[in-house]
Amino acid sequence: MDFFNSTENYIASKDLQLAVNAAITLERPLLIKGEPGTGKTMLAEELAASLGTELIPWHIKSTTKAQQGLYEYDAVSRLRDSQLGDEKVNDISNYIIKGKLWHAFTAEQRPVLLIDEIDKADIEFPNDLLLELDKMEFFVYETQEKVVAKQRPIIIITSNNEKELPDAFLRRCFFHYIRFPEAEEMKAIVDVHFPNIKQKLLDEALALFFDLREIPGLKKKPSTSELIDWLKLLLAEDISLEVLHETRQKKVIPPLHGALLKNEQDVHLFEKLAFMQRAGR
Amino acid sequence: MLIDFFCKVREYKVPCTLRELLDLIRALQQHVVFANIDDFYSLSRTILVKDESHFDKFDRAFADYFKGVASLDLDLSNIPEEWLKKNFEKLLTDEEKENIKALGGFDKLMETLAERMKEQEKRHEGGNKWIGTGGTSPFGANGYNPEGVRIGQQQSNHRRAVKVWDKRQFKNLDNQVEIGTRNIKIALRKLRQFARTGASEELDLDDTITATAQNAGYLDIKMKPERHNAIKVLMFFDVGGSMDDHIRVCEQLFSAVHTEFKHLEFFYFHNCVYEKVWRDNGRRHSEGIDLNQVLHTYSRDYKVIFIGDATMGPYEITYPGGSVEHWNEEAGSVWMQRILDHFDKCIWLNPQAGSHWSYYASIHIMQQIVKQKMYPLTIDGLTSGIKALL
Repeated sequence: MDFFNSTENYIASKDLQLAVNAAITLERPLLIKGEPGTGKTMLAEELAASLGTELIPWHIKSTTKAQQGLYEYDAVSRLRDSQLGDEKVNDISNYIIKGKLWHAFTAEQRPVLLIDEIDKADIEFPNDLLLELDKMEFFVYETQEKVVAKQRPIIIITSNNEKELPDAFLRRCFFHYIRFPEAEEMKAIVDVHFPNIKQKLLDEALALFFDLREIPGLKKKPSTSELIDWLKLLLAEDISLEVLHETRQKKVIPPLHGALLKNEQDVHLFEKLAFMQRAGR
Repeated sequence: MLIDFFCKVREYKVPCTLRELLDLIRALQQHVVFANIDDFYSLSRTILVKDESHFDKFDRAFADYFKGVASLDLDLSNIPEEWLKKNFEKLLTDEEKENIKALGGFDKLMETLAERMKEQEKRHEGGNKWIGTGGTSPFGANGYNPEGVRIGQQQSNHRRAVKVWDKRQFKNLDNQVEIGTRNIKIALRKLRQFARTGASEELDLDDTITATAQNAGYLDIKMKPERHNAIKVLMFFDVGGSMDDHIRVCEQLFSAVHTEFKHLEFFYFHNCVYEKVWRDNGRRHSEGIDLNQVLHTYSRDYKVIFIGDATMGPYEITYPGGSVEHWNEEAGSVWMQRILDHFDKCIWLNPQAGSHWSYYASIHIMQQIVKQKMYPLTIDGLTSGIKALL
């Protein structure tokens, strides 16, 4: 049995490793929640890479139906083909398009199936997948064929909590909530992405970043992925340590703030607070 | 196996079922974790708890169940005695150090401890000999013996770091906690869902084409719900006095989502609704709006939300002239009733803790007026309130 650890590109907390390993061992889907930008989707990618197996991503939109994950019957092309007198039309299986779950069930090696942002879908979506996720099989009515999983794929499901998931669905999953990393873990994460960053610069930038997160009332707090983008920019622009230090002392808006604050109101709020603080001195 | 633990978790109102217990046992059987309480904590949380709002309850249940048990993991042979002694002595006053000699000095104390740990097999509370909590033996936590050795007590960081479940990091995510700036995000999510419901239908072109093809070319029209916000809301806030902090939070909450509603209007009142309400609290004495006018302006499909503690003298609701600020011709209950008669759906959100409601006559009266549709101002309360509005 392969087990999941932190990889070269991804720092997984001990809790998370344990949750993933439990899900792999007991062959249950693992539901991952957490603030946007804490690496939920990336987990599946890294898991597939570290197990050396295929990743089958299924990105859910508001219009996605559970059936599309199994298979789709392309009736429109069959209708057209029948008008044109195409030979293909007699075999209905020519018009059955395999979905992501079907691919995952029939893969040679046990794959990682990522069901991304399941909360975006219709409220009935998770309920429609109950049996498929439980038994790992489904029935194709058009061809009277039963598709059974060769081996149970490792299923990672992510959610941003926009909708509540039904209890029956939750009962079948394991659950892990990715906490926002503490300063120490954050350092480890940044190290993975920028191995050569200067320690002083990093300390200063992290301090600025955590200060920024502390501001009450921000619409969207910057998260890990924003921090990494911002550092990338800082390095590219070669912003010096002194500038960052001064920024923090004087409470002015940090350089290249566009990477951290994604909302006009947030920028405005920050400026206002900074102004008030300076005026107060 | 683990039945007691499972019962404890359920006792703390974490919704988990037998299915999850079996999963947990299976995981242990397959050696996902072994003989490590931190790992066991993570594993059991992963399997038993399905939503972060229950994490805090789970943490408390876990701490309750494992209090005392965890401390027995202490392995004396692994702790360098010198270090232990040093830290230990730091904690004591000279007087206490003298007292240690009562038991024959530090070395003797540690020796006795080691012996007793060998003898003792189970968790123990009270008593005066065994290691446990709350006793007068020199060993264990929260004891009274000045020469006592603390084992697994929260405050004694030199022996054991505070366990994760004692930190209660997920307190803010608990859905019983009153809405404040910390859990405002979760509340917002609820309101957004609320704002997006109740829309009408539009033609689904793709689905219609597919259905028509499947139907051998006969037209089969499919509809889908329009992604459009149709909810209209009127809010009445009780201002003045103890309510102000709560009101600020609620205003923030609702203004943050105001773009998602089709209409959202704020009004203010004091204690109980009478013939006038205000739009701008600063000019409440000069610019009141007739409640009648409000009733005529907004149609009955507006959803009405009152936010107030409903804590006042009962006469302020039931008698004409009961208002503390002015002479009201008609009683507050009459005006409340007019609002309720005009609008189809009304709820009252109350920042007072639900457990205190029964002590106030006025809350009781108000509850009857709004036909029991009064909810505490928590995430849970907001959820059930919204359900009642739809």
